[in-house]
This record gives sequence, structure tokens and C-alpha cells, in this order.
Amino acid sequence: MTVADYAFYLFAILLVASGLFTVVARNPVHSVLWLILTFLSASGLFVLLGAEFVAMLLIIVYVGAVMVLFLFVVMMLDVDFAQLRGGMAKFMPFALLIGIVVLMQLSIAFGDWTAADGSQALRAAVTPDLTEVHNTAALGQLMYDDFLLLFQLAGLILLTAMIGAIVLTLRHNPNVKRQNVMAQMHRDPAKAMELKDVKSGQGL
Amino acid sequence: MEDLLRDFLPVIIFLGLAIALGLVFIFAALIIAVRNPDPEKVSAYECGFNAFDDARMKFDVRFYLVSILFIIFDLEIAFLFPWAVAFKDVGLVGFWSMMVFLGVLTVGFAYEWKKGALEWA
Repeated sequence: MTVADYAFYLFAILLVASGLFTVVARNPVHSVLWLILTFLSASGLFVLLGAEFVAMLLIIVYVGAVMVLFLFVVMMLDVDFAQLRGGMAKFMPFALLIGIVVLMQLSIAFGDWTAADGSQALRAAVTPDLTEVHNTAALGQLMYDDFLLLFQLAGLILLTAMIGAIVLTLRHNPNVKRQNVMAQMHRDPAKAMELKDVKSGQGL
Repeated sequence: MEDLLRDFLPVIIFLGLAIALGLVFIFAALIIAVRNPDPEKVSAYECGFNAFDDARMKFDVRFYLVSILFIIFDLEIAFLFPWAVAFKDVGLVGFWSMMVFLGVLTVGFAYEWKKGALEWA
């Protein structure tokens, strides 16, 4: 076996094992940590495939951002996970049945998978020569002018997600006093204070 | 394969260092530290009285908003990487398409700022 084979088996075993622990961990926060290990092993496999950009993306986006989101979801839900785990033995046969059905469907789909004639050639026709440029550069050469429309649509989807998240979750508390920077900067002594001449024995 | 190993040597070295350092910290705590537990010492401590309930409680949904906004800008950065790597080859169309993309997301950023989504409370 070469070094690549050893690395493949290391990452593959790590991936399957940590995926299993994600499911069986008692503490949901530990599940999230196991899921992080799963993503890291998957990114190792992507590096072995020669897809460094996807590997780095997996680490930046999934491990860096999506896992934070998962942690917040786990902390936000008011679910008693220990109680949920209690029913695990009861639902195990049902879960196994679903698992076997999914496995069969996947094997049917992939066993019968054939590529259309010339699809490989069509794909290779637009891709820059991968022996000369590495895949991040190849992606960069393709994405920004050949696939301009899809790229701009991705931007619009991100904008929609941003606005949607704000509209759905932003609730301002009206009883909070906020800092108004412009008002603060344009405050001047002439308007802010007043001098009164108080006559002796009379008051204001 | 040799090239791949050579390219990723720094990554492998850093990975090895990180794992080694993590193990050193765990085992140093197990071996070197003085451990003399008793029931009172290891029980949950909450400012003098017994703990009322579980430490787990519901988080505010606003944390979620912050992390969604973070993910969106994270993805924007992910789109910038191939652009920067292939900057010499993308040409004028590629350059301006990225500028439009950034402009669209800047509109979102301005909206978010104006709405006060970046402020707490």
C-alpha cells in the first residue's frame, strides 16, 4: 500500500467512526463536536481526491460557520435530549428498517448509474487543462465569466437569505435606550445648557 | 502522489503538532496535576447554595441571527478565493462580475446596519 492508501483508510475509518459517534453520543454538544471531526476527515478525503478547494471550503464554511449554527440550534431548542435517548432501544428496529431501505435505494441508484454519451468530453471541453492549473484557479477561470449568471444568482440568494434572517428574527426591544452617534456629535454647549441669573432671596 | 505529499507537508506538520499538543495537555493534566477529590469539592458550585437546576437553558434567537449573518459573509469570502487565485486570467468581465456580486452583498450589509441587526438589544 502506498502512503495515499494509508491516508485514505485513516480518513475513511475516522469519518465512519465519528459519524457513528455523532449519532450515539449522549450529549448533543458532543454530537456536534463529533460532526466537526467527520467534516475534517471528509476534507482529508477531498484533498486525496485532488479537490483542495472543496476541502478548504468544507473547513471554512462547515467547520467554521455551520457548526456554530448547529451549536446555537442545539442550545436554543428546549428539548430534553436524555429523555429522547431513552426511547432509542424502542425505535431501533424501525430506524434499522429505514436505514436498510435507504441503503437499497442508494445501491439501486448507483448500480444503475450510467453517464450519457460524450458527457465526459462535454465537461472537459469547458474545463481548463487540469494538468496545467490547479483546481482553485480552474474554478476561478470558469466561474466569473462563463457562469456569470449563476454566480450573480448566488449573490442574490445570499442577499435574500440575509434579508430573510433579519425580517424573521430581528425584534427590537422598545424600552432600550440606544446610542445615537449623530445626535451626540451635533450636540453643542449653546443648546445643551442654559445660564440663569438667580436673584438673591427669590429663586427661579 | 509525491507532489501532493510535498505540497501538503506544512499542513501535515501543523496537524501533527496540533494533535501532539492536545494530547500533551490532556495527559499532563492526568499525570502531573495533584488530584485529591472529595464529594464537596467535585459537586456543582453556585455561589454558596446548591444548584437550582440544570446548567442548560434556552439561548436567545438573536445568537442565531448573528451566526446566520456570519455564514453569509463567510460564503462571500469563499467566492473571493478562486477569484483572487485566478485574478490574472478572469479578465474585465470577471472583475466586474465580482464587483457587482460584492455590490449586491453590500446592499444587504447596508440594510442590516440600518435595521440595527448588528446591535444587541
